Amino acid sequence: MSAVTAEPYTTADGRKIGGVVMEMRHITLRFGGVTAIKDISFDIREGEVRAIIGPNGAGKSSMLNVINGFYHPQEGEVWFRGEKRGPMKPYQIARQGIARTFQNIALFKGMSTLDNIMTGRLIHMNTGMISQAIWKGKAEAEEIENRERVEKIIDFLEIQNIRKAPVGSLPYGLQKRVELGRALASDPELLLLDEPMAGMNVEEKEDMSRFILDVNDEFGTTIALIEHDMGVVMDISDRVVVMDYGAKIGDGTPDEVRQNQKVIDAYLGVSHD
Amino acid sequence: MIYREVGDFKTTYRDDGQTFPIHFDRMRYYVVLLVAFCVVPFIVNDYWTNAVLLPFLIYAIAAIGLNILTGYCGQVSLGTGGFMAVGAYACYKLMTSFPDLNIFFCVLLSGAITALVGMLFGLPSLRIKGFYLAVATLAAQFFLVWMFNKVSWFYNYSASGQINAPERTLLGYKITGAETSAPVTYLFCLVLVVILAIIARNLTRGHLGRSWMAIRDMDIAAEIIGVNPLKAKLTAFGISSFYIGVAGALLFSVYLGAVEVGEVFGIQKSFLVLFMIIIGGLGSIFGSFAGAAFMVLLPVLLKNVLVGMLGWPTDIATHLEFAIVGLLIVVFLILEPHGLAQLWRIIKEKLRLWPFPH
Repeated sequence: MSAVTAEPYTTADGRKIGGVVMEMRHITLRFGGVTAIKDISFDIREGEVRAIIGPNGAGKSSMLNVINGFYHPQEGEVWFRGEKRGPMKPYQIARQGIARTFQNIALFKGMSTLDNIMTGRLIHMNTGMISQAIWKGKAEAEEIENRERVEKIIDFLEIQNIRKAPVGSLPYGLQKRVELGRALASDPELLLLDEPMAGMNVEEKEDMSRFILDVNDEFGTTIALIEHDMGVVMDISDRVVVMDYGAKIGDGTPDEVRQNQKVIDAYLGVSHD
Repeated sequence: MIYREVGDFKTTYRDDGQTFPIHFDRMRYYVVLLVAFCVVPFIVNDYWTNAVLLPFLIYAIAAIGLNILTGYCGQVSLGTGGFMAVGAYACYKLMTSFPDLNIFFCVLLSGAITALVGMLFGLPSLRIKGFYLAVATLAAQFFLVWMFNKVSWFYNYSASGQINAPERTLLGYKITGAETSAPVTYLFCLVLVVILAIIARNLTRGHLGRSWMAIRDMDIAAEIIGVNPLKAKLTAFGISSFYIGVAGALLFSVYLGAVEVGEVFGIQKSFLVLFMIIIGGLGSIFGSFAGAAFMVLLPVLLKNVLVGMLGWPTDIATHLEFAIVGLLIVVFLILEPHGLAQLWRIIKEKLRLWPFPH
């Protein structure tokens, strides 16, 4: 179990870590005969940056898919904000305040940057069909109100110049940034990032790390991320879960995990003599 | 230099979000409306109205409808002809069952009935996508045409199996029936087209339209963001079918006057409207108009050239017409796969710099 106490505390850099927001209890997920996740329990606390690491095929992405409702585990419970979650559709979970980005960029290619991020505001927009058809009045007011929020995110991510550009034509690093913006636009309580830095060069990684930390710091968003770059993970996360072959082999602060013999074995291999 | 955005600054989000953000575009739009409403009605004759204007306006409504479903929401449909038939027969039943009901409301109610039918046939879209959905809507097409042929209640047990539009007036003007005048029917359709086009634009620019486009571009990501796929797809089917139903009702009551279902609303109608939106441009309201104009005008133009100018026999001209239209579609799609709307966008892009290339 984690060495961190259950009490709220303040990190060395002055961020407040609160109580448990999300708790996975004994999750087991099978696809036919293949067990992708074996009896894993861990929690995510309010305001922290929580990393999930592990070799390829360890079940990390499956874990995120369980959290946002794409996969329904055969065993185990998911607790969110102190309540056990029943069977829910992904869009209902989104409305509870969980947003995510994808390993392979999943932007809406036919839309502009602005429209993509505006789509992230969907869960906060509820004017009826008739008002929208008339547009003047309620629908326009709602659009403008949400546009203001979106413009703040565009400013924050420094993508003002590509506001009206179709996302399909943007370079990879910017697409990743727009996707982060789209997830942020919903004002999530918990943000899941699936390999936010995959395929980036050092500079882009540094930018992205800064954005992730700023999101956490400025908006107070709890972040759970999967990442392969150990340097980045150890630098930016408060606590780390390590998975291998669907099982949890380590959990704790970066320092604790780094010294965990099982983790070292999983990453470096064990000699069998 | 006539078309430029330099100096056209936007200081509010409202200004930035308007349909025609560039001043010149806005003026052009008002001029088109002004000409359509105040000039055209006084100069049209029966030939122009029947050969060009009415079909253009009516098919523009159908094309907008299909574009909402296929262009914006990404759900392929081959059932357009069948849904137009629903609109036509609904209009006929309403007109004959409630003789006092205003023709305007008849047409709108026909759209509403078609919307319900469309949503029913849209239910499979929740489980199947792409080609498989196309085949499912194809089944709807054949089933609906069969049903209107078989169930004689729909054509009031008439011996011929045809439906004929009775005479109806609006504000004292004859809209349907045998003795209509060209400007009146033209204006009636024009009013509906303008209202429906503005509504389509408003629906597609807001959060409903974004949820459709999100489903179209990446349905999994859309769901993760909070789009309810059931709601998005069914509203797209419903609204799209409303438009198509209105088009069907107008085609029957105002334009043709008499309809035999297999002849008018067969599968070729589905393909005709699909061609319109592909040639015009998927996901564009302007493209729907451009595509409808292209498909309506081209045969008329060819006929005038071949028969009128070259003096060929009518039957050869008709056959050649099919071949030429087909060829032009293929050539056109190779040259500009994103349709006339994209072509228009490129022209505007060029015009912006004209006459200075840099």
